Formats: sequence, C-alpha cells, structure tokens
Amino acid sequence: MRLAFILSEIGSGLRRNVTMVISVILVTFVSLTFVGAAGMLQLQINQMKGYWYDKVQVAIFLCSDGSTASGCATGPVTPEQQDNLQRLLESPAVAQYINDFQFESKDEAYKHFKDQFSNSPIVDSVTPDQLPASFRINMKDPEKYQIISETFSSQPGVETVIDQRQLLERLFSAMNAASLVAVSVAGVMIVCAILLIATTIRLSAFSRRRETGIMRLVGASKTVIQLPFILEGVIAAVVGAALASGTLWAVAHFFLGEYLSKQYPDTAFISPGQTLILAPALLILGGSLAGISSLLTLRRYLRV
Amino acid sequence: MIRFENVTKVYDQQARPALDAVNLEIDRGEFAFLVGASGSGKSTFLRLVLKEDRASSGTVYVAGQNVAKISSWRVPRLRRGIGVVFQDFRLLPQKNVFANVAFAMQVIGKSRSVIRDTVPEVLKTVGLEGKENRLPHELSGGEQQRVAIARAVVNRPGILLADEPTGNLDPTTSMGIMGVLDKINQNGTTVVMATHDDDIVNEMRKRVVELKNGVVIRDEAKALYTSMIPIVGQSRRLKDASGREEIPPPSPAAYSDDAGEEQR
Repeated sequence: MRLAFILSEIGSGLRRNVTMVISVILVTFVSLTFVGAAGMLQLQINQMKGYWYDKVQVAIFLCSDGSTASGCATGPVTPEQQDNLQRLLESPAVAQYINDFQFESKDEAYKHFKDQFSNSPIVDSVTPDQLPASFRINMKDPEKYQIISETFSSQPGVETVIDQRQLLERLFSAMNAASLVAVSVAGVMIVCAILLIATTIRLSAFSRRRETGIMRLVGASKTVIQLPFILEGVIAAVVGAALASGTLWAVAHFFLGEYLSKQYPDTAFISPGQTLILAPALLILGGSLAGISSLLTLRRYLRV
Repeated sequence: MIRFENVTKVYDQQARPALDAVNLEIDRGEFAFLVGASGSGKSTFLRLVLKEDRASSGTVYVAGQNVAKISSWRVPRLRRGIGVVFQDFRLLPQKNVFANVAFAMQVIGKSRSVIRDTVPEVLKTVGLEGKENRLPHELSGGEQQRVAIARAVVNRPGILLADEPTGNLDPTTSMGIMGVLDKINQNGTTVVMATHDDDIVNEMRKRVVELKNGVVIRDEAKALYTSMIPIVGQSRRLKDASGREEIPPPSPAAYSDDAGEEQR
C-alpha cells in the first residue's frame, strides 16, 4: 500500500513537472555522455597499447617470408641467426642497457594479435605465418633506444627495430588531452545538472506543499514524504544516464565499428560491447548525483 | 493528556514572549476552549503541542511524553496521536471527499481494505454520508470543514486540536460543526479549540482558558466567552485552580482503542 502510494506520488510529480523533468534528463544525458566519452578514450588507449606496450619499449622484428629489408637477404630468420641475436642481447655490452627481454614466437604473436584486433575484420585474414617473430626488450632507460637500434638493425635476420613508444606516445598524449577536455566539460555540465535537479525538486516540493503539509500533520514518516521527491530526481537522472550509455554504444558501433575500423584496418578499436562496462558506472553516477542533490535540497525546502 | 509546566516561548528576544510561564493541564477526554485576542498565544500553544516549535523553557507533556525528548524520527508517531483542524480547511482540491480522508490513512501505510471500511464510517460520524464522490469546491464551507474534521480523526487520535474551525463559517453552520466536535469528544477524544467565536463558547458551556499576552488570565469550567465574575489582575489566576476541579472526569473506557471502534 505504501509502495503503491509512493509510486503514484512519483507519477503525479513527474507529470506535473514534465518540462523540468525533461530538462533534467537532457542535462544529465549530455554531461554523462562527456564523462563516458572520456572513459571511452581511455579504453581505446588501452586497446591500442596491446599486449606489449606497458611491458617493453623496443621490439626487434625478425625476418619472415616476405621480408625485403637488407638484413633479410638470406630469407626468413634461421635458428642460428636467432641464437646469435639472443647471445648478443645477453652479452655485457648490450645487457647493461636492458632490464630483460622476451622472445615472441610467430604463434604467440598471432595470439596477441588476435586479442588486440578481436573487433576488427582483419583478424580473419591473418595467419601466424604472416606475423614476424620478435625480441621484446624492456629498457633500463627508454632514451637509450638508439644504442639498441644501431646494434641490431644491421644484424642478419633482423628486419627492423622499432621503438613502439615513440610511435604511439604522441597519439596517446593527444587522446589523453582530449579525455581531459571531455572530463572538464563533463564537470561543468554536472554542476549544471546538480543545480537543475535542485531547482526542479524545489519547484516540485513547492507545488505540492499542500499535500506534504497534510502528510506531516497526520504523521507520515519522513521517508514517505521525501522519497517521492528524491526518486523523481533519481529517475530523471537515470533516464539521462541510460540515454548517455546508449549514445556511447551507438558511437562505438556505428562510428568506430562501421566507419573508422574500415578506414584504418591496422588500428585496434574498442568494441561496442566494451562501452557497456561504462553504462553501470554512468547509471550509478547519475543516480547518486541526483539523489544527493535532491536530498540536500529537501532538507532546506521541505519541512518534515 | 496535555500538560504545560512553566512553558515560555520566545520568538524574538526583543519582543515579549508569545507564551509566558504557562502552567496548564488538559485532561484526557476534556473539551477546552482557548480564547483570547489575536497574538495572545493560542496558536503558539497549539504549535508547541504538535512539536512544530520548541518551548524556550519549561516542559510540554503530550499523552504523558515530554515532547522535547521525542527524537525527530518519532515525531510522526506523536502527530498520529493528534488530529488538527484549521480555519481554512486545507483540503486537496483535486481529490474527492473520500480520497481526501483516505489520504490521511494512505500516507501512514494503512491497507486498502482498512481504508475502505473506516472512511465511510468516519464520514457518517461527521454527517457526510452520500457525498464521498464530491470534490471540495462542490461542497459548502461547513461541509468542507466536516471533511477536514473527518480527515483529522480518521486515524483515531487521542487529541483533536482545532484552530478557529468556525472562523470562516456562518453561525448556524458553526453550530453544526460544534455538534460534530462534541460528538467526537463524547467518543473520548480530547478536544482543544482555539476560537474567537463568543456565541459558540457561550452555547457550549465547556472549560474556557483565556490567554492574554501569553499569560493564562482565566481558566474556568463550564464558562462563558467573557468572565461573568469581575476579577481584577492577579486574583484571576487564583480562580484557575478552583475552576479546574469542577471538570467531571472522563470515562476511561471510552478512550481505549477497541472501545473507540464500536462507538464510532
């Protein structure tokens, strides 16, 4: 009975305040979309880092079938060449610059590739043979990349030496800057949303002061009086958060999935499914912001 | 039922207190008028009983409880034991008569079946049978006040506070309302009514507590709106004590919950 009563109160509150409720939904929608966009950029950065990015800095790719580099004149890397390279890495002259190194075979490379590009159509057309084996090196000082590069580039069996960090760092810093901007915009929009929710609840409390006055007099509990108002704000904010989650999913699905991944097939993009892990966070964030701001407003404007 | 011990209420430090060291006891089942000019402290008295305000000093007891000691989350329970009626009725305009009365039960979580049984009964008590589906604006002032009274007593409070309930009504209608209040009082509810209406007070011949500038200047049983005995100044207070003793004790059976059910 009490639940039915509270629900009907919420319904009538939402109906009476339709325009304000819609504006709350839109403001939370926009602000949480920005929050989510920042989250998506971070997910994308993680995706692009792949398996090795945080573990090593330099990769020495070994010759495979189609290699055309000068070091690959003898065709694919032979076991002897590979042993030589490993001995060179372990020799004191080189070992002083590196923490450790790992060998990635063609099969392992294929496995990591599949993980990173799981959302991309390219994964089906790649076989382990097409991927080069490599030594992955964790540098003591990443700035000393040149030493490794000079030592190994000319070795037989080496196709190329790549500083992965240098390739991606600039892109990542741009993406980090973009997420920072998104978070700042989100911050301003969230302040906006909080103030708007507070105003909406205040109006709602004012337009129903007759009812709440009577409820107080006949001894309704604080919960029964306040809950409809709080839930009104929370429901509006949660609807906004759901819209924001839907938008992020649509961006991941239509923009990244259908468009960008075709334009840049060699880049790993996040899947639409991954954006859904942001959804619960957005729903909770929206709901709790609305709950807290309406609770604080009610403490000032609704005597119980 | 209501006991004021040396209660003072100061709203504004510079002004005189709204209530000044008031000692007053209203027994269970009593019917008392609170009279006095505007600003004499009648409304403050009622607000203190409801714990809408805190006494600046002194103690207010309602149903044996010191209201200052009731924690805020138990105030609703205190208020469930007190019905309130106002001069301006305070009905919900978009709800019909039945829904207005039922509202008071819904918000404290009474079940639908209890509401369906109780509301018609109470509407009968206040003389509104057959008007369940009317909206407030379709009723006369007297009928609206009856709805308000029904709402105030539907949860069977031990105390009914009425703040000038006949202030907006003509004399005949007012007498009808007084009949309803008297009936509720007969059923065992303590009724305290603040009023300016001398005709009603004179007609009813109940206990009269007169306030002036926050001080009780008269407390007489079966009294008139203005005192028949010319007493000057302080000596009026002496009359208080003797006046109170003349009140007949109410029957305790009338007050218990099961008894209330049948009497209604």
